[in-house]
Amino acid sequence: MQDTVKLHFDVSGNDFTCAGEASGKIKRTLKQLGFDISLVRNVAIAVYEAEINMVIHADGGVIDVDIDSDCITVVLKDRGPGIPDIELAMKEGYSTAPENVRMLGFGAGMGLPNIKKYTDEMNIDTVIGVGTTITLKVYNK
Amino acid sequence: MNTVFHSVNLDKSKCLGCMNCIKRCPTQAIRVRHGKATIISERCIDCGECIRICPHHAKTAKTDSLSMIEDYKYKIALPAPSLYGQFRNLEDVNIVLTALLELGFDSVFEVARGAEVVSDATRKLVEKGGLKKPIISSACPAVIRLIRVSYPELIDNLLKLETPMEESAFLARKEAEEKTGLPQEDIGVFFITPCPAKITAIKSPLCADKSNVSGAIAISDIYPKLLHKMKHLENVQELNQASKAGVRWAVSCGEAYSAGINNYIAADGIENVIKILEEIEDDKLNDIDFIELNACTGGCIGGCLTITNNFVARTRLKALKKFVQDTDNKINNEDELKEIGWKGELEPASVLKVADNVTDAMKFMNQVEEMVKTFPGLDCGTCGAPTCRALAEDIVRGYANVDHCIFRLKQEMEKNPNTNNDDIEKMIPVPFRGTIDEEKLKWT
Ligand SMILES: Nc1ncnc2c1ncn2[C@@H]1O[C@H](COP(=O)(O)OP(=O)(O)O)[C@@H](O)[C@H]1O
Ligand code: SF4
Ligand SMILES: [Mg+2]
Repeated sequence: MQDTVKLHFDVSGNDFTCAGEASGKIKRTLKQLGFDISLVRNVAIAVYEAEINMVIHADGGVIDVDIDSDCITVVLKDRGPGIPDIELAMKEGYSTAPENVRMLGFGAGMGLPNIKKYTDEMNIDTVIGVGTTITLKVYNK
Repeated sequence: MNTVFHSVNLDKSKCLGCMNCIKRCPTQAIRVRHGKATIISERCIDCGECIRICPHHAKTAKTDSLSMIEDYKYKIALPAPSLYGQFRNLEDVNIVLTALLELGFDSVFEVARGAEVVSDATRKLVEKGGLKKPIISSACPAVIRLIRVSYPELIDNLLKLETPMEESAFLARKEAEEKTGLPQEDIGVFFITPCPAKITAIKSPLCADKSNVSGAIAISDIYPKLLHKMKHLENVQELNQASKAGVRWAVSCGEAYSAGINNYIAADGIENVIKILEEIEDDKLNDIDFIELNACTGGCIGGCLTITNNFVARTRLKALKKFVQDTDNKINNEDELKEIGWKGELEPASVLKVADNVTDAMKFMNQVEEMVKTFPGLDCGTCGAPTCRALAEDIVRGYANVDHCIFRLKQEMEKNPNTNNDDIEKMIPVPFRGTIDEEKLKWT
C-alpha cells in the first residue's frame, strides 16, 4: 500500500486572484489527514509565502508535495529570473517587489525569512536566468 | 450532552430532489438519493442556508408553536433584538413588548438586556487580558458548530461566554422565581427566534447540560399574530429595559460596538465567516483583538426565520427611537463574571479527519485522489453529491458507487458491443454532450 500522498499544482504567474490556492488545498489535505494543527499551520504559512513569491517574482511555476507520516516535503520550482544574492534576499525587509505589487499589500520582504522560520529545512537552488527551486521540509514530531 | 438534535429538518413530501441545497451547504452535509435530499447529521451546523435556498420549502426548522406556552403557569417571552427590525413605522419597542403580553405571555424579558450584560462581560475580560487573540465571539451557534467541525483548533480562541439568549433566560427565570415563588418547572421561557441555530443551541446545548430556555418560537410564526395585536393595542406599557447598545447586537458590528472594542473584524454571511476562519487559522489575523462572526448576512436580522429582508430591517432598527438610556444590565462583581462563563468544555468534532491514524488517512486520500481523476470535474451535482471530489470521498467511504456518475455510467455502457452509442450519448445532459474529454475519464 502507498504510504505517502503526493500532490501537484501548477501556479500561474502574476495572477493574484489564484495566489494561495495551492497552499489552501495543501492545508485542507493535511487537516483531513489528521496532522497536528501546528504542523498544518507551519506548512500552510511557508508554502503560501513561497507560492506568492513564485507569482510575484517568477511568473509562476509548479509545486510538488510529498506527504509522509513523519515528514512533509514541498518542492517549488520556477523558471523565473533566479535570486542573485540569497543571503541578501533572506534578510527581513529586503524586497525587490515593484510598486504595483506593494500596492496590493505584498512585498514586505518577510516571505523568505518566514519560510525559514516555519520550516525545519529550507534549501534554495537558484540559477540566474534559469530559475529557482525551493525545497521545504517540515517534520511531524 | 445530546448533540444529535438538529433544528434544520427535511420535509420529504415537499422535497423534489433538486440540486439547490447540496450546492449551498457550507459543510457539504447534504446528498440527494432516490429523489430526496438527506442531511448528514454530524456535518450539519444548523446555519439554515438550505432553508433559505430551497424553492419548495422542503427544508424547515423544528420550532415550537405558541400554544406550547399553555403548558406553563408563568410564561415569559424572550424577544430577540432582531424582532424589533421587522416592523414598518415602528418607533417604540414598547408596542411590540405590550403586544407580546396580549398574546398570552405574563412577562417579557428583552434579549437585548442579556446582550448588554454579555457586552459588559466581554469588555471586562478583554481589559483583564490573557485571552488568546484574536478573540472570537461565541454568540452565533452556527459559527460555534462550524468551528467545532471544521476548525477545532480555534476553539481556544472562542470567548467562552453564554449567549445573550441564555443569559436573558437565566436572569428572567431568577426574576420570575422571586416574583411568583413558583418552582422552576412551572416557569416557561420562550425565545422568539430569528434562526434554527439558536433552537439547536436550546435543544442540544454543547457546553451545558440544559438550557434555561423552554422553547423557541420562530419570528416568522409569531409575526402575523403579533402584528394584529400591535394594531389593536389600547394602551402601551412601558416595558422596555434595554438600551440601543443591546439592540445593536441584531446587526453585524453591534457586538464589537456594544463592548467598546475598536480593533475588530466583523464578518457576516457564512462564506465570509469561512474566509475569516481560514485567515485566523493561518495566523494572519493575530494583530486583531476581536472577531465578530455571524452566519447570516447582515447579522441576526438576516436569520432565515425572519420576515423582513435584512437590508430593510437594518433601517427599521435605526428608526426605533424610544429606548431607555441608562440600564443596569451589567456585570456587578467577579462572581457574576464567573457565572456567565461556559459551564463545560466544547469538544471538537473533527468531521474533516478521514481516519484515526495518518497512515490509514493517507491510504484513503490516495484512493480519493485516484478516483477524482476518473471523474470529469464538472461538479454537476447529478450524482447527488456537491462536487466530483465529494462523490469520490463518498465512494471510498462506501456510501456511493462509481456509476452514480452519469459520465462513468455512460462509459461503462459503451463497452457493451450491443448498445448504440448515439443513444447513450443522448443520456448525457445537453450542456455536457460531446464536451467531455474522454482522455480525462480514463479508468484506473
Ligand atoms: N522565486 C523567486 N524568484 C526570484 N526572486 C525571488 C523569488 N523568491 C524571492 N525572490 C527575491 O527575494 C526577495 C525577498 O523575498 P521575500 O522575503 O519573499 O520578500 P518579498 O516577496 O516581500 O519581496 C524578493 O523581493 C525577490 O527579489
Ligand atoms: S447570525 Fe444570528 S440569526 Fe444567523 S445563525 Fe447566527 S445566531 Fe442565528
Ligand atoms: Mg514574498
